[in-house]
Amino acid sequence: MIRAKDVRKQYGDKVALANINLNIPSGSIYGLLGPNGAGKTSFIRIMNQITAPDSGVVLFNNEPLKPADIGRIGYLPEERGLYKKMKVGEQVLYLAKLKGLNSSEAKSRAKEWFVRLEMEDFWEKKVEDLSKGMAQKVQFVTTVLHKPALLIFDEPFTGFDPINTNLIKNEIKRLNQEGATVIFSTHRMESVEEICDHIGLINNGKVMAEGLLLDIRKHYMNGTYAFTTREEQNFSGMDVLHRDFQHIGHTATIKSEVYPSTLIQKLAKENQLLGFEEVLPRVSDIFIDIVNNGPKPMNS
Amino acid sequence: MKSPILLIIQREFITRVRKKTFLLMTLLAPLLLAAVMIVPGLLASMPEDDKSIVVLDEPSILVPEEGTSQFSLEYLNPNEFDLETGKTFLRESDKDALLYIPSGNGWDPDFIKNNILLFGKEDIGIDLQRFVERQLEEKINQQKLIRQGVDPDVVAQTKTKVTIKSFTMGEEGNEETSATPLKMGLGYIAGILIYFFIFFYAVQVMRGVIEEKTSRIVEVIISSVRPRQLMMGKILGIGLVGVVQFLIWVILSGTIYAVVSTFIYPEIFAQQVSAGPGSPDLSTVDQTNLFSMLNSINFPVVLSGFVFYFFGGYFLYSALFAALGSAIDQEADSQQFMLPVTAPMIIAITTAMNVIQDPNGPLAFWMSMIPLTSPISMMIRLPFGVPMWQIALSALILVGTFFGVVALAGKIYRVGILMYGKKVTWKELYKWLKY
Repeated sequence: MIRAKDVRKQYGDKVALANINLNIPSGSIYGLLGPNGAGKTSFIRIMNQITAPDSGVVLFNNEPLKPADIGRIGYLPEERGLYKKMKVGEQVLYLAKLKGLNSSEAKSRAKEWFVRLEMEDFWEKKVEDLSKGMAQKVQFVTTVLHKPALLIFDEPFTGFDPINTNLIKNEIKRLNQEGATVIFSTHRMESVEEICDHIGLINNGKVMAEGLLLDIRKHYMNGTYAFTTREEQNFSGMDVLHRDFQHIGHTATIKSEVYPSTLIQKLAKENQLLGFEEVLPRVSDIFIDIVNNGPKPMNS
Repeated sequence: MKSPILLIIQREFITRVRKKTFLLMTLLAPLLLAAVMIVPGLLASMPEDDKSIVVLDEPSILVPEEGTSQFSLEYLNPNEFDLETGKTFLRESDKDALLYIPSGNGWDPDFIKNNILLFGKEDIGIDLQRFVERQLEEKINQQKLIRQGVDPDVVAQTKTKVTIKSFTMGEEGNEETSATPLKMGLGYIAGILIYFFIFFYAVQVMRGVIEEKTSRIVEVIISSVRPRQLMMGKILGIGLVGVVQFLIWVILSGTIYAVVSTFIYPEIFAQQVSAGPGSPDLSTVDQTNLFSMLNSINFPVVLSGFVFYFFGGYFLYSALFAALGSAIDQEADSQQFMLPVTAPMIIAITTAMNVIQDPNGPLAFWMSMIPLTSPISMMIRLPFGVPMWQIALSALILVGTFFGVVALAGKIYRVGILMYGKKVTWKELYKWLKY
């Protein structure tokens, strides 16, 4: 869907994107992850043609981005809002028409969405009279109304209340199943881990890792294991990350250089072993690992 | 599907026109304007406050002057009163003021003119003081003439008032009656209208930009349209609001003025036209003269010039104000940037009188070439007749500058609208031009 080739963007002396390459596959839910100031928003603004790259090219369905593509992208910026004095209905129609829908089409689709999200009575209200949660729903509708093939959400869940977060996550999943490619950009990596299938980790304008989430997690597995035993264990000489007691037994997460089979043998000899698994690292841990130790080469 | 810029213009126009404040301003302003035109006439026709003055005239200079219906004079006998008893008399009487003219040594006019005193029970008022001064000046002048052995009557007969009939040599050699006062009024009023229009509506462009920035909707919009389209749409939409409002004002004020002057207070307006308080003195102009005066003004040029500079000035300034608005987060921060941008316009208005006095002088010329002042200064000059090449050059510079400014303002705007929470400096703005 989106392929960035050698994309560079500089503001004065500050390099926001240092020749990045990214590949966002069609139909994926892609997490664009990195701390604040990593270059996520700079890249998103290039995809939305708000700014142009200094060099490099962004391909949209294998063709360089062109103005008409704007109508095929739905974008919810991090800094988002609505005209406070305008009525909700009018505003939704205005934004839809700017995206290229005609009046009647915009109206019928908007009405559909208002019914689906149970917000029919918002239509005649002014935005300033809405609660924050209501305004968030309106904002979401304006992002998806023109049935974009690509949906971009920048820090989507900051400021959303839990009910709306769930509602909107489910709507996004549904849109994805219907064929839309979704990009989540956030610095709160744990918030999207469960719904993304692809991720790109960026830091200081550079791509640190990119690909299927599962592949990356496997790639960065670092010898972390979780055991469940009947009795409490003595893991002397081992790096214990976490201990817990549940009704079934004692669990412990340890980090070890020793092969798992050796570990299992050792534990099984002394104890009744109830469970064992190798733990996949969390994205935020991978990120910290990369920042501290650099990316892990693929052949290791 | 509509072009996005049309959608933006439409939204800017409709949301503004539907506001209650728009309706209020549109209806109230002509009433105020009409009031400004009508009230002086009403006031002038009001009965004046009469004042009576007691005069202690030791050298008998003023005697037997009786004053006017407004200021009546009454004399105290200098043999019975001096300054102190005169004051006491004033205090105990119902008179308003005491005028004391001392005789000094030997009725010396120069001594007398420097020692005349006027006491009032309340504030004397500029009219009364001027009346007394005028009376005394004349009398003392006469006294001086007599002392020099000149008969004042002879002097009065030699007084001459010169009335020049001035003409402007037309291009085909036919002479036109000069209509300087009319041209002055026309140029000045047109210049001021442009000034207010620019100020009022260009600032609204800035406000609109700030509103979009603070409500954080701007990034949503510019993911659908180019920033420059949004900026131009806003400028055009608000300009359209201005034109509509302006036309309503012209029509409404004209109607109110016409109704009041023909049906409600016709007498007052007949007086006002001949007396013309505050306006150029047209009383000496008879009907036929007025006609030839009007003929001496090239109305097609003045009118089309007005339309051109009206819009040219608005577009130029609103592009500047849009860039300003994009650079700041709240209106309160706008002050430090507003002054340098509005200064040229203020200079153009403050030098308006100098331009009128010498409409083809160097100041007028340069002010009407510099694009930031030309919409006002050139407009003031136009009724006086400006060489065609100057008009063309000034218009060309204005249009050229407009495109340059739109390009620069567009760059600043593009960066500025996405910049939050940053106190912007001029240096920063300059840097944005290169992003």
